[in-house]
Amino acid sequence: MIKVEHIAKKYGKVEALQDISFEVEAGEIYGIIGPDGAGKTTLFRILTTLILADKGNACLNGWDVRKDYRLIRNNIGYMPGRFSLYQDLSVEENLQFFASIFKTRIETNYHLIKDIYQQLAPFKKRRAGALSGGMKQKLALCCALIHKPLILFLDEPTTGVDPVSRKELWDLLKQLKAEGITLVVSTSYMDEAGRCDRIALMLKGHFLSVDTPQNIVNHYTDDLWAVSSCNMSKLLTDLKNYPAMKSCYAFGDVHHISLQQQATAYTTSQQALQTYLENLHHNELSIRKIEASIEDCFMELAARSSLENKKPKQYV
Amino acid sequence: MYTNRFSTFLSFVRKECYHIFRDRWTTIILLIMPVLMIILFGFAISTEVKNAHIVVLDPSQDAATHAIVNKLATSEYFTIDRYVYDLKEIDALFKKDKIGMCIVFSERFYENMMHSGDAHIQLIADGSDPNYAYTLTQYATALISTYQQENLFQNIKLPYQIQTDIKMLYNPTLKGAYNTVPGVLGMVLMLICAMMTSISIAREKEMGNMEILLVSPLKPITIILSKTVPYIILSFINFATILLLSVFALKVPIAGSLGLIILISCIFIFVSLALGLLISTLVNTQMVAMLISGVVLMFPVILLSGMIFPVESMGVFFQWLAKILPANWYIAAIRKVMIQGLGITSVVKEIIVLLSMAVVLIAVSIKKFKVRIE
Amino acid sequence: MYKETHTHEEHLSIVAQGLTKRFGSFTAVDNISFNVKKGEIFGFLGANGAGKTTAMKMLCGLSKPTSGNATVAGFDVSTQSEQIKKNIGYMSQKFALYEDLKVWENMRLYAGIYGLNDNEIKSRTDEILQQLDFQNERNTLVKALPLGWKQKLAFSISIIHQPDIVFLDEPTGGVDPAARRQFWELIYQTADKGITVTRTTHYMDEAEYCNRICILVDGKIVALDSPKQLKETYSAQNIDEVFRLLARKAIRNQ
Repeated sequence: MIKVEHIAKKYGKVEALQDISFEVEAGEIYGIIGPDGAGKTTLFRILTTLILADKGNACLNGWDVRKDYRLIRNNIGYMPGRFSLYQDLSVEENLQFFASIFKTRIETNYHLIKDIYQQLAPFKKRRAGALSGGMKQKLALCCALIHKPLILFLDEPTTGVDPVSRKELWDLLKQLKAEGITLVVSTSYMDEAGRCDRIALMLKGHFLSVDTPQNIVNHYTDDLWAVSSCNMSKLLTDLKNYPAMKSCYAFGDVHHISLQQQATAYTTSQQALQTYLENLHHNELSIRKIEASIEDCFMELAARSSLENKKPKQYV
Repeated sequence: MYTNRFSTFLSFVRKECYHIFRDRWTTIILLIMPVLMIILFGFAISTEVKNAHIVVLDPSQDAATHAIVNKLATSEYFTIDRYVYDLKEIDALFKKDKIGMCIVFSERFYENMMHSGDAHIQLIADGSDPNYAYTLTQYATALISTYQQENLFQNIKLPYQIQTDIKMLYNPTLKGAYNTVPGVLGMVLMLICAMMTSISIAREKEMGNMEILLVSPLKPITIILSKTVPYIILSFINFATILLLSVFALKVPIAGSLGLIILISCIFIFVSLALGLLISTLVNTQMVAMLISGVVLMFPVILLSGMIFPVESMGVFFQWLAKILPANWYIAAIRKVMIQGLGITSVVKEIIVLLSMAVVLIAVSIKKFKVRIE
Repeated sequence: MYKETHTHEEHLSIVAQGLTKRFGSFTAVDNISFNVKKGEIFGFLGANGAGKTTAMKMLCGLSKPTSGNATVAGFDVSTQSEQIKKNIGYMSQKFALYEDLKVWENMRLYAGIYGLNDNEIKSRTDEILQQLDFQNERNTLVKALPLGWKQKLAFSISIIHQPDIVFLDEPTGGVDPAARRQFWELIYQTADKGITVTRTTHYMDEAEYCNRICILVDGKIVALDSPKQLKETYSAQNIDEVFRLLARKAIRNQ
């Protein structure tokens, strides 16, 4: 459905996108996951024909983003990261306006937006500017869906939205997938990765990895441990000083660590660490082996890619 | 399909009207502003002069000087404050800020006027307020020249000439409002069309709405048209308000053809809209749009259109600058038609200039309107 | 009377009792009571409009409670707001850094606002730059810094006058995972020095890092405990789940 080949884009000296290539299958939820400044919005703007890439090609449903931008604009939906509906228009007026610019009526594709619209209905006379973050995003989603697009691009739809509304939004995207709409969603929340069929982890203008969330987790090579004690701050410092430490960082109410010697047997290394920490007077100590999350994978891939990037520089 | 496109257009226009009328301050400013401007320029900042105190230095004391002084004294513009006998006194009087102008006759004035042609009148005014000084000397010159003309009929030809301002001929009562109405028209139309259009498009960009509009089947031309239509309507409302106010409140009659005035105004509205569009293609925020349309469009119009300061007394550069401002051509044309009552043949030049400005600007701004957001 | 409770209250940074704020008929914060210990990392969690910001404003002395009372760093929020302002740090959602000023200029500016003298400004600036490993960025314009660095800088500046308590309002999301860790390490270090850290957030994974969190629903505290304990109580995998369980009861949707 979407085919991107060697897209690159520079803003002055900043390389916003460096040689990006990927494909999105029809009917899948494709997640682009990365922090602010990774280049997600630039990529979305190129795909939605809002800006031109410096290099490379991209096709949506066989249409070229450069030449066939009229066709593309008639057939896709785009929900920008910033709330971009009219704040001084009511919920109903916004919806009606967007229906009319897409030359359709609210009733035509009502089944698509029914679930969201029912939640919005009590506020339909309210100005969009006075809605809560979650409600705003729901309205924006309605407006982007009103013409039943082939592909829907959602740039950070859950940013600034409370957890309850976030879950509701993702449930809605799942329903849209069932309707046959291809979805490309960007997010900076690593924990939303599991909601996508496939994800691309993005950092500093390039993709670190593209795969299903499960495969990315499976490819995490090291053993990962969650460590906690009653003094988390001291624990972090002590862990960092542990000689065999490979990586160590805070992760919610535990610290995630991986150790250098992968060959060492499970019990030995845990035992050694436990003894080390007990000697440093840590109470309520807990060390358990865990499966990596997408966020762990992201950090590992990012660290590896920055190492790879640094290497050639040292030799040149 | 065609009706469908039209309904898209209509709903866009409706949306635009919501923007205007939901913001109470915008509405008030847009509808009340012309009224305020007329009041401000028509009454408050009037360049009209009433009972300015003048002093007379008249070494001749003959029939001619008495007649001229009498003419000035009986006009509503001047009051003779006193007679002085030495130029040195004048300085002190000016410094005390008591008088507006001093009229100095040369010696043996009448005799010289009739025989040698060497009769001089010197008008001394306080240059620290150039505008006021200019007006006073203009009025005095006009009155002296009236005296000269009256004499012309009784007498044989007079050997000396006094320059008269051409404006006085068509504004015999020297009413400030005659100058004001065309100026306010030009300013308000410029403000509504250029400033408001550029701000409203910049707003779409600033709020991120433009992204969605571009990624929709809408054609740029539809966006442009539907953004401008509400302001065209508003301009006509304001246009009518100003004309009604000027006729009924300021008592400035429409001397020429109303149809011609409307035609010229339409052309000017297009020029202003195109300017507004052009500005909006160059900027991304409302603030910059406002500053540019304010600084680049409004100030020069106020300063260089001759509404407040006479262009004649400005440097060559500014006179040239005044010539490239669309508003000046418009104001000049309206002055001719509305105040002087001239027909289409006298404003052909202005119409052609305005039309070509409109064509060029609209072409450039449509070409510059980006289908992308870079 | 005061003396008796003094020893007890000495290690408490915030004491709130029945704190309530009404706007007309709308009760934004409804009778909340809690204590925050010195050097604790305390989180306020809630959906949009649950009353987090209003509660925070009252504690900062920016808004007077309708009823109830609270002391912050030993000062009464209703009557001693000036003293409170001198003894707290505040980092807002949008980091109040001036983008077109250099890193050290921002530091000098805020240090000046809090009345530090030249020597103090110099030593604090050097100290912070060293702590952040920012020595090379001293003369960099703030707008040229990556988001994660700005966040760390903004935080360090908010405690440049070494306040008793620092309030962090709704941190922006989207910082890259590694930078986020560094930010938390900075917060740990700050808390170790005895500065109390209070933060409001609606990112539930951020809440897991706090020592204790308090969940607000419709202006009331519905849960207050350590993340670990809360997860056990509600037998949930993470705080997100706990929150969703509790927030479901919310009446006030908007």
